[in-house]
Amino acid sequence: MSTATETRAPHQDLPGGQPGGRVGGGLFDPRQLLTSLPEALRKLDPRVMVKSPVMFVVLVGSVVTTALAIAHPGDWFGWAITAWLWLTVVFANLAEAVAEGRGKAQADTLRRAKTDTVARRLAQGAEERIPGTDLRVGDLVVCEAGDTVPGDGDVVEGVASVDESAITGESAPVIRESGGDRSAVTGGTKVLSDRIVIRITTRPGETFIDRMISLVEGAARQKTPNEIALNILLASLTIVFVLAVVTLKPFAIYAGADRQTSMVVLTALLVCLIPTTIGALLSAIGIAGMDRLVQRNVLAMSGRAVEAAGDVSTLLLDKTGTITLGNRQAAEFLPVQGTTAAEVADAAQLSSLADETPEGRSVVVLAKEEYGLRERHQGELSGAEWIAFTAQTRMSGVDVDGRRVRKGAAGSVMAWVREQGGRVPQDADTLAARISEAGGTPLLVAVQDGGGARVLGVVHLKDVVKEGMRERFAELRRMGIRTVMITGDNPLTARAIADEAGVDDFLAEATPEDKMALIKREQAGGKLVAMTGDGTNDAPALAQADVGVAMNTGTSAAKEAGNMVDLDSNPTKLIEIVEIGKQLLITRGALTTFSIANDVAKYFAIIPAMFAAAYPSLDKLNIMALSSPESAILSAVVFNALIIVALVPLALRGVRYRPSSADSMLRRNLGIYGLGGLIAPFIGIKIIDLLISLIPGIG
Amino acid sequence: MGPLSAGVLQLLALVVALGLAYRPLGDYMARVYSSDRHLRVEKWIYKATGADPDTQMRWPAYVRAVLAFSLVGVLFLYLLQRVQGHLPGSLGFASIDPDQAFNTAASFVANTNWQSYYGEQAMGHVVQTGGLAVQNFVSAAVGMAVAVALVRGFARSRTGELGNFWSDLVRGTVRILLPISVLGALVLVACGAIQNFAGIHEVGQFLGGPQQWNGGAVASQEVIKELGTNGGGYFNANSAHPFENPTPFTNLFEIFLILVIPFALTRTFGRMVGSLKQGYAILGAMATIWVGFIALMWWTEFAHHGPAFQIAGGALEGKETRFGVGASSIFAVSTTLTSTGAVDSFHSSFTGLGGGITILGMQLGEIAPGGVGSGLYGMLIMAVIAVFIAGLMVGRTPEYLGKKIGTREIKLAACYILITPALVLVFTAFAMALPTPPHSMTNSGAHGFSEILYAYTSGANNNGSAFAGLNADTQWFNTTIGLAMLLGRFLPIVFVLALAGSLAQQRPVPVTAGTLRTEKPLFTGMLIGTLLIVSALTYFPALALGPLAEGLA
Repeated sequence: MSTATETRAPHQDLPGGQPGGRVGGGLFDPRQLLTSLPEALRKLDPRVMVKSPVMFVVLVGSVVTTALAIAHPGDWFGWAITAWLWLTVVFANLAEAVAEGRGKAQADTLRRAKTDTVARRLAQGAEERIPGTDLRVGDLVVCEAGDTVPGDGDVVEGVASVDESAITGESAPVIRESGGDRSAVTGGTKVLSDRIVIRITTRPGETFIDRMISLVEGAARQKTPNEIALNILLASLTIVFVLAVVTLKPFAIYAGADRQTSMVVLTALLVCLIPTTIGALLSAIGIAGMDRLVQRNVLAMSGRAVEAAGDVSTLLLDKTGTITLGNRQAAEFLPVQGTTAAEVADAAQLSSLADETPEGRSVVVLAKEEYGLRERHQGELSGAEWIAFTAQTRMSGVDVDGRRVRKGAAGSVMAWVREQGGRVPQDADTLAARISEAGGTPLLVAVQDGGGARVLGVVHLKDVVKEGMRERFAELRRMGIRTVMITGDNPLTARAIADEAGVDDFLAEATPEDKMALIKREQAGGKLVAMTGDGTNDAPALAQADVGVAMNTGTSAAKEAGNMVDLDSNPTKLIEIVEIGKQLLITRGALTTFSIANDVAKYFAIIPAMFAAAYPSLDKLNIMALSSPESAILSAVVFNALIIVALVPLALRGVRYRPSSADSMLRRNLGIYGLGGLIAPFIGIKIIDLLISLIPGIG
Repeated sequence: MGPLSAGVLQLLALVVALGLAYRPLGDYMARVYSSDRHLRVEKWIYKATGADPDTQMRWPAYVRAVLAFSLVGVLFLYLLQRVQGHLPGSLGFASIDPDQAFNTAASFVANTNWQSYYGEQAMGHVVQTGGLAVQNFVSAAVGMAVAVALVRGFARSRTGELGNFWSDLVRGTVRILLPISVLGALVLVACGAIQNFAGIHEVGQFLGGPQQWNGGAVASQEVIKELGTNGGGYFNANSAHPFENPTPFTNLFEIFLILVIPFALTRTFGRMVGSLKQGYAILGAMATIWVGFIALMWWTEFAHHGPAFQIAGGALEGKETRFGVGASSIFAVSTTLTSTGAVDSFHSSFTGLGGGITILGMQLGEIAPGGVGSGLYGMLIMAVIAVFIAGLMVGRTPEYLGKKIGTREIKLAACYILITPALVLVFTAFAMALPTPPHSMTNSGAHGFSEILYAYTSGANNNGSAFAGLNADTQWFNTTIGLAMLLGRFLPIVFVLALAGSLAQQRPVPVTAGTLRTEKPLFTGMLIGTLLIVSALTYFPALALGPLAEGLA
């Protein structure tokens, strides 16, 4: 969709956007705070607030202090505390509203794509025009050039080019055709050419686009298991602190500090102690995590899947397109005895000009790069008869000036040479065998001219592993994730590529059943498995995998079975998805630690403020040397509120994440958020106290 | 040699002795709880009681067995005290009043051993030996059984079965507590502790006037009092009494008895979950806190303020001269960091901060090393909490020993950590707010508040030691502390066993480089930090108004 790019940050601006810090988030624009304010205020509804127990307690506290402030209108301190308690609640809602707001723009664009369409339904061979919303599952509809696809479905007849930019943001049209793995069409996309018949597979209102809208808006957001668990822990901490504060009153009365522990002060203490920082940001972290996926054009059908992605311990990666570039490429020209590599290159190039397959193109490219052979064009050679590559002949070539050059699969070329009465030299066989053993594919180059038919040499075609994959797999290994390459190749070839790419294991000659069995085996060992897939035969495995990422180009069966859809259909993205899942959990853990560690400083601010009058010895706890009891308590409350706003950007973009071992990650995060959480509030509260004491009439 | 260096040497001797016992005892206990065979005497017990020692129990069955057994224990002990006046061998003591009988029954069954009575003036041989001493054994064995059930929860997978409570209970008593007690009692008798069924002696005092001396099976009760982290003294003066604890050596020996099983259970744990290192990590956390608290206690007790302190070489008031400041501090820290509650000195007489250390020790939940069994399960619950937070920071759903800490696990752990603070704070608040309970205070001001805070902290955490000074034999205190002890013991046990059941059902997650390494010192440090912050944060306001206000003055 076109506006997806508006919220997507340029890569170089990402926090830690250098190589290695791939996971980042969108930019945080302070203006978003302002625009989200109305929504934040709407969220003050107690029925909404009660979902976050921590912030609900703050809301109740705010109401109580407001009532008290109204009862004692002359008490500046009561009013100040009241104001900052309300701000604490609003800041929390603001965090959530900002996180949600980032999805809203995308949802609006999607809605525009969803405008009411007219469906041309086929009924008993006749065509009738009905509103798209009246379609039922199983209906057949016709779409021609210029029509908008009225609903999700599979092409059952014809082939067409379709503009899917409304969904993917990618403007280049894609081909959709009946049968095979490219049959799915999505409602809201536009047919650009030809005519197709679509069988509707989804009810109106439940289409892919509908689900996307609710996902990016966060409307369908349900708390994930880990989020629920964390909420329980936070709620129990809140209860403990409620008890600690409520019971403090009788203790204080006994100590003679009744006046210093007014309802306002105790409420302020409670709000400072309960884990408001994480309580306020928890849902924003979850929404932002989903949003980070959306920004990478990945739609997670549930938050559970995002969390599971962080836990994945086995990645199943398809070889082609994920680990290797889509196609084999010529890597080397090997001459047989009596010829030179340059001769082979020349003949290979000539015979490949009529070969439009990527392999054929790569031969031409290699000849140019290695031997400086200018690419010739078919038109340059007059009187040449071109023989194009076909799947049947498995050979291409050219007949020109009485010279016949051929290049192709070893078997085909050998047969051709023998047919022409030529001889296949021993070393051609040896070379071909050696290339096969190394995991490559040998192409033979032969010529028939005055000297008869003979093999000139061999072209070594090999899978080219994508750049940087080895390093990425090493990173994954450090993160404790095992990568398994899935390929249809024979074990020999598979092993060679697996070694080159640095994957931990491979599954050769893989059938869908093999894939399924592998997933089940891994899961039986307690491992979580992630995989990508697009074909209908991938669907069972996608459903079985803990994280199944379906390619958007795939069949609707695959998209239905997976729990994520990658709109870019880029299988390598699985690695990023795993990183986003981890980053989500780390952010939660880091802010929880920070929040709890903060309490120490707040005690040192508030306890002496409350009790130094009754027990002067407790003034020794005022290690920050805060100016007055009122200022100390207010400073703690102000810090508590401001830290929420200060951490909103962090919650939205996530804690910086670099793939590394659990040990080093823990050490780093404990250092920053544990120790930092201990120290930061001492400094923050002191500064706020200094500022407050400057206000005339206070302190 | 100064008193501090004497203390350091005693501590070193203690560490060496505990270190020597650690391996053999820990491994032995693992074998006891893992073995399939029953001893002949155990078979007799099963036959006599009709218990089935072989059926595997799921957690609800295990809970029912623990609660039923303990309920019977409370009722029996209550009745025994109520009819004491009619029983022979009671030294002529009357039956105990209902509220005090309830308090004492609850106290001994809950492994607390809070005593609102004076042993030598209220309890005869039958109640002491036939009632209280029996509970000293079995309440300790219950704690160990529950701990072992939790360990099995971690060790087992895809089953709900946690073992058999009856066999765990009987084995813990017969194979672990009894043999060590027999040996220990012989050592104590050899060093001068008494062991007889003599009556009451009138003895003339050195400065004139008569004094009563009771006989009794003291050494045998003393040894299980320490070994089972019970703490209920035969005499009111507890381990400060020369009949219970005659010499500096017996003092050190009794500290050893207090600590030996709780520390060694970490080895048992490591053995049973198949990774000794995991046990060492827990041991590391326990030992660090224990040594740290002793160091802090020495620091405050040896601080020289005023002439009396200087002449005595430290805060010697309320401490026995035969033990000194150093050993008394070790005892006080050890007894409050375990659920023992035996005392060889008066905690009320420690410096303000020293008293605070004993209170904080209990408030940590008595898990460093904690009571027999209860220390291990308490520390494992804290480890679950620490894993949950730390585990998130490595980017995975938290897991401990291969088990995922999900919603259900964290719910149970959260309930566990909520109970004792709730009991301590709410009961203390009511005691302070109501008109009569504060009359039981001997002191006014911050120290008086500490007395009540200490009483409920001790009760709810199943420690049993008293701050001394509080007159706890009132209907209010007998009833509320009795309730605090029962709830503080058995509610957590229910949650521990439920957690064990939930863990045992899980399929283990394999360890990878992405797994949080819970056997590393970093995690031990994180565990200590979580423990100190979570507990200290809860109690900080209350501590400020008691020991801190007094100690900082």
